[in-house]
Amino acid sequence: MAEFMRVFGLYLGAFFTFCIFSFLYKDNPFYKLAEQIFVGISAAYWLIYIIYNTLMPNLFDKLINDFSGNAILLIPAALGIMMLMRIHPKTAWISRYPLALVIGTSAAISMLRYTKSDLLQQVSATMINPIVPGSVIETVGRFLLIIGTICGIYFFYFSKKQEGVYAVPSKIGIWFLMMSFGASFGYTVMARVSLLIGRLEFLLKDWLHIIQ
Amino acid sequence: MKLTPLVERRIIYIVLFVAVMLPLIFPIGWRTEVSTHARMAYDLIDKTHAGKVVIISFDYDPSTMTELHPMALSMIEHAWSKGQKIIVTALWPQGPQLADEAFEQIKKTKFPNKVYGEDYVNLGYKVGGMVSIQAMGRSMQEVFPEDSSGLKYEDIPMLKNITTLKDVAYVSSLSAGDPGMKNWIMGAHDMFGVAVTGGTTAISAPGFIPYINSQNQLVGLLGGLKAASEYESLMGVVGPASVKMDAQSVAHLLILVFIAIGNIKVLVAKRKKSQQEQEVTNG
Repeated sequence: MAEFMRVFGLYLGAFFTFCIFSFLYKDNPFYKLAEQIFVGISAAYWLIYIIYNTLMPNLFDKLINDFSGNAILLIPAALGIMMLMRIHPKTAWISRYPLALVIGTSAAISMLRYTKSDLLQQVSATMINPIVPGSVIETVGRFLLIIGTICGIYFFYFSKKQEGVYAVPSKIGIWFLMMSFGASFGYTVMARVSLLIGRLEFLLKDWLHIIQ
Repeated sequence: MKLTPLVERRIIYIVLFVAVMLPLIFPIGWRTEVSTHARMAYDLIDKTHAGKVVIISFDYDPSTMTELHPMALSMIEHAWSKGQKIIVTALWPQGPQLADEAFEQIKKTKFPNKVYGEDYVNLGYKVGGMVSIQAMGRSMQEVFPEDSSGLKYEDIPMLKNITTLKDVAYVSSLSAGDPGMKNWIMGAHDMFGVAVTGGTTAISAPGFIPYINSQNQLVGLLGGLKAASEYESLMGVVGPASVKMDAQSVAHLLILVFIAIGNIKVLVAKRKKSQQEQEVTNG
């Protein structure tokens, strides 16, 4: 039975892979079937996963095993129930309170972390001695890092009209930004081709056993 | 014969499909040049002493396995070959299952003597991302009271001396998005000073490159399948990523050809249009 289910699973996977690929020809019922089954299964999977891997171990099990020691968990439990009040239009307003708490907490945590990691540390990383004795490539790289950072930021400085001499760093900044967009595009192409390779590997290796 | 854009698009899909499929069936064996970022990640693991405990975080799911799973296999093999002990964590729910699969594969083929609980442990998935990492900085046991199989933290031999995140030598995050590597950089490195390395999908790699800086926020980076194959070549093995790189390289060459053809087509169309306009003005 287990072997049958394994083979059945492989054929099902291959069928849905072709269903999704069929969209490349044009939109069709097979694609729609695969898409809707995927959405439905994903929703069901996440619901069950959250119940068994988040709610059960972090809330229900703790309350059942040691209620008095974990009584504080009743607060997040109550907030969670308040969030579910969104389902009914008349009680939807109650969900604003837990939502406000989540947004406030997330913003505070993110503000601290991002200020340190994405602002202070990044600015510090640019404050370097550009001259590296004995390494021309490293020195050029460091100069480019400093020039690129300053010009890139200057491009987004809108308090003074960028014309004449003031437009020069902005234009250099555009070049750096264009190069970074180009690199991102290249990486995106690589990622998309990798996905295709993954699917083809499944079809040729797991399903058809053409490759090892 | 004039082809419509829709037909042209379908031809491109078919050609790309065949171009990716053929090198998988008939490998070419092209070599990949090793980048500085891959070497930095490799060196961090290579220079960490035997007996040290490290974290490999499986922050991805099956949709990005093609890119990230080869990295996981290589990093586990590398860390074990250096005698390091591995803690598995996951910020994505399906991470622990993927970790089990990777460890089983490496154990079966290369390290049959490695023992669960002494050489590696799977602490499972933890919800919360950044908040969980911050909590690990205070107490690992508080965040992971038991492993993914229900074994108590205090009963796992390799965790005897691991009380907080600061006790691990480095964190390697294999990250497909959020939560993932960024949280480890912000939490493990920027808060607790633990070295962070790892790999991401190619699409998110450019966003992480600024963290490889003089502040050492990130020590090297494996970006996508290419970097995974670079890591394999640093280890001297032909692994799953190296095999797939032929297909990747052929696809990239083909896309370059398509871009060139597209540009030539636009230039020819422009010239034809200007010629027609000239003929109209000349009567």
